[in-house]
Amino acid sequence: MKIGVLALQGAFREHRLMLESLGCTVTEVRLPKHLEGLVGLVIPGGESTTIGKLMVQYGLLEGIRDFHAAGGAIWGTCAGAILLATEIEASDQPRLGLLDMRVKRNAFGRQVDSFEVALEIKGLSAPFPAVFIRAPIIESVGANVEVLAKHEDAIVLVRQERLLASSFHPELTNNSSLHALFMAMCDSSSVAVS
Amino acid sequence: MIDNRIAETGTLRVKTGFAEMFKGGVIMDVVTPDQARLAEDAGATAVMALERVPADIRRTGGVARMSDPDMVLGIVKAVSIPVMAKCRIGHFVEAEILQALGVDFIDESEVLTPADNAYHVNKHEFKVPFVCGSRNLGEALRRIGEGAAMIRTKGEPGTGDVVEAVTHARQIMGEIRRVQGLPEDELMTMARDLQAPFELVRYVWANGKLPVPNFAAGGVATPADAALMMRLGMDGVFVGSGIFKSGDPVKRAKAIVQATTHYNDADILAECSKDLGEAMVGIQVVALTPSEKMAVRGW
Repeated sequence: MKIGVLALQGAFREHRLMLESLGCTVTEVRLPKHLEGLVGLVIPGGESTTIGKLMVQYGLLEGIRDFHAAGGAIWGTCAGAILLATEIEASDQPRLGLLDMRVKRNAFGRQVDSFEVALEIKGLSAPFPAVFIRAPIIESVGANVEVLAKHEDAIVLVRQERLLASSFHPELTNNSSLHALFMAMCDSSSVAVS
Repeated sequence: MIDNRIAETGTLRVKTGFAEMFKGGVIMDVVTPDQARLAEDAGATAVMALERVPADIRRTGGVARMSDPDMVLGIVKAVSIPVMAKCRIGHFVEAEILQALGVDFIDESEVLTPADNAYHVNKHEFKVPFVCGSRNLGEALRRIGEGAAMIRTKGEPGTGDVVEAVTHARQIMGEIRRVQGLPEDELMTMARDLQAPFELVRYVWANGKLPVPNFAAGGVATPADAALMMRLGMDGVFVGSGIFKSGDPVKRAKAIVQATTHYNDADILAECSKDLGEAMVGIQVVALTPSEKMAVRGW
């Protein structure tokens, strides 16, 4: 299975290693042409404002929207989740705007408030070791969005058809169950985008 | 379905995980809230709040200390991206103050005048992560052993001359390759020679990299410098005086951000290197006297 990892900035290497350990062929995506032939794309954690600006400079906002429209699956983690959202509180930063949700950046506070916690996730049998780093929360979601996990009252993992968004960082753990879930989403979504 | 379990803050994973998020990015020195906003608009992944950039510290001389808390807070309020700040080597009280201010990362930095001639801060004691400079693998692993979540080359700050950053990057990457090639039974002697903790030498041997991200710093002044450091295997770039001591800081900052992402694409590098105005006026490292060198600070 050919999956891309957006490699403009952030923790793309960790996603790459995790996907490769599950048997994927991984492409680092820095330009729209790198999306050719992929069935899925992971947008990693990093700084969402930086990644957004770099996406604008080389036509990746349009490129990734087209990739999604043509059947590609997308998973955004942390900064990646922010970039997928239709609404970002108090920000006009560039975004893909594909997933019908409202997010709030740095919602748990500054770095000293970053934390890890065992998280119950719908569809997974064991609690997931979730790492939240200056993490966003998902404040509200549209009717077509399924909430898969909450930490206390905050929504932290959602799915809308072939889009997945998490506030936390599965790539920083040894647990590949969410990567496996995303691969299953890619498998059932469509053929490779040409 | 929901089970609220105990959340843990300040763990090693949370600290090094945060450092991983800066990779492929540019961290810029700023001295005012306005500069911080310009850096954020240009695509910086974080800003380093300080009173004087290294080039000015070099020029004005005297003892360089932690910045005024009001100045740091002004920058924390001005931007949504993470804010780093510097404490003096070994000055754990400055570090405690910066942590109390809510700074996201502390640079225990040789750019400031060292406060301790023998010991660095015990960084395990803090919830906030630390970055430290190093010139070679032994120094990097000693800092990581003390709890650093990120390493950067020391280079020679405030010069605009990239030669020392290149030297330190090549030194560390070369030593990593040498450790990797050793048979297991030679690791303890290597740890002795490097003056580094054995378990960390063993990690490098097994993984071929440091256990934390490794950035370039100290003399990066152009997009090509940034791309060069990435090509030498660094995970990202700190730019100190190079941006706001240049003719057109906004354009140069944007170009360095682009170059750090597209470091392998010469066409993009050619494009973003065009028409950037004056680079910072450099000082050749070879022209510095030994007492003017900052890189030798730290133990």
